[in-house]
Amino acid sequence: MLTIKRYVRAQSLDEAYTLCQKRSNVVLGGMLWLKTQNRTVDTAIDLSDLILDTIEETPEAFRIGAMVPLRALEQHPGLDALTRGAMAESVRHIVGVQFRNLATVGGSIYGRFGFSDVLTLFLTLDAVVELHHGGAVPLADYAARPYERDILTHVVIPKQPGNVAYLAQRNISTDFPVLTCAVAVRGDGVRCAIGARPMKAQLYTGDPALLAGGITPESAAAFGESIAAEVAFSSNLRAGADYRRAVCPVLVRRALLACKEEA
Amino acid sequence: MEIQLKLNGRPVRDSIDADTLLIDFVRAHGCASVKRGCETSNCGLCTVLLDGKPVLSCSVLAARADGHEVQTLEGLQAEAEEFVSFIADQGAEQCGFCNPGYVMNTIALLRENPDPTDDEIRAYLAGNLCRCSGYEGQLRGIRAFLNARNAKGGTDRG
Repeated sequence: MLTIKRYVRAQSLDEAYTLCQKRSNVVLGGMLWLKTQNRTVDTAIDLSDLILDTIEETPEAFRIGAMVPLRALEQHPGLDALTRGAMAESVRHIVGVQFRNLATVGGSIYGRFGFSDVLTLFLTLDAVVELHHGGAVPLADYAARPYERDILTHVVIPKQPGNVAYLAQRNISTDFPVLTCAVAVRGDGVRCAIGARPMKAQLYTGDPALLAGGITPESAAAFGESIAAEVAFSSNLRAGADYRRAVCPVLVRRALLACKEEA
Repeated sequence: MEIQLKLNGRPVRDSIDADTLLIDFVRAHGCASVKRGCETSNCGLCTVLLDGKPVLSCSVLAARADGHEVQTLEGLQAEAEEFVSFIADQGAEQCGFCNPGYVMNTIALLRENPDPTDDEIRAYLAGNLCRCSGYEGQLRGIRAFLNARNAKGGTDRG
C-alpha cells in the first residue's frame, strides 16, 4: 500500500529539486507504477504547475516536457511523421487510453523500467534528456546511470532523416512486453535497441558489415542473429531467456525490413 | 489539506489526506458508479473524465484534481442514454460491474472520434476489462448504435 504524508505542487523547478533531495520524497509522474508499491512517501512532489506538459517543435528537434502523457505522444502529428508511425506503435499496447492519459514521458524515462516500450524507441531516436541541474545528457548514457535525485524536465528528440520501426512481442494485448525492439536506419548506419530482456533497454551494434550490401531478407536475418548474440537475456514469469533469444532476431529482421519498405 | 474541484458541474470543496485517491473522493461525494476493481491501473472500472479526458481514478491523487473538473456517469446520464440500450439489447453484460467504466470510456471515444471503425473501437476500449463477456457483445452494441445513428443522417465507416 502506498502512503503519502504530504503533497506539494511545486511552483518552481528549484523548489522541486530541493524537495527531492530527501530520500523519502518522490517526484510524481503518472503515479501508476508508484501506486503499486508498498512504501511510505514523506512528500509527493507534483510538477503539474510547471508547464512541462507541452511538445515544442523547432527546426532541429521535438522538445517533450516531462509531464506530457503517453497519449499525447501517440496523437502528435509531428512525432508521427518523424517516426513514420513508430511512436504511436510503441505506446498503443500500453494498457489502455485511460492509462496512457496518466502515464508521463518523464516517469517512463526516469524510471528506466525493464519493460519500457518508450525507453526502447527513444534510444534509437538518439534522444537527449534534460535535467534541471545535470543539464543535457544523451539518453543512452542516462539509461545506464544509477537513479539520481535530479528533476528530469524534458526529453529532446532530434529530427534526423531516416526510417524507424518499432515492434514488441506480448503474450496478450495490453500486457507487459516479452521483448521490445526498435530499429532506425539512417545515412550513418543502423541503430538497434532491445528492451524487456527483461532488463532495461539498451542499444546494440550487432555486425553492421552484414548490411553493407543493403537490407535484404537474408542480410536482415543475419544482422538480427548478430544482435541476439550480443544481448544478455534473462527469464521472468512472462518468458524464459531462451524464448527471448529466439524472438530477438525475428523482431530485428522484421523491423529492418519494415524500415526498408518505408524508404 | 483542502481541495476544490468541479464534480459533475457542481463545485465541491473538502478536506482530504494527501494520499486520498480520486476514486475514494468521488465515491464519498455520491458517485457510486465509479467502481473499485483491480487497483493496479489495469481494468478500467474506475474510469472518470478529468478535464474531459478518461483516466483511472484509482491511480490519481484527489489532490491532483484540485482546481480541475471531474465527471462521472452520474453527471453524464443523458449522453450515456443514447447508446447504453444498444449494448443491453446485445446482451453484452452479465454482472454489469464493468459497465460504468465501459460507458465512460465509450463517451470519451465518441467525443474524440464520433464515427469510429470497429478496430478503432477495440483499440480505444482495450483498457476496459470484462470478465463475463468476450467483448463482442459490447462491440456489437456500439456498432448497432452507430449504424442506427448514421442511418438517420450520418455516414457509416464501420
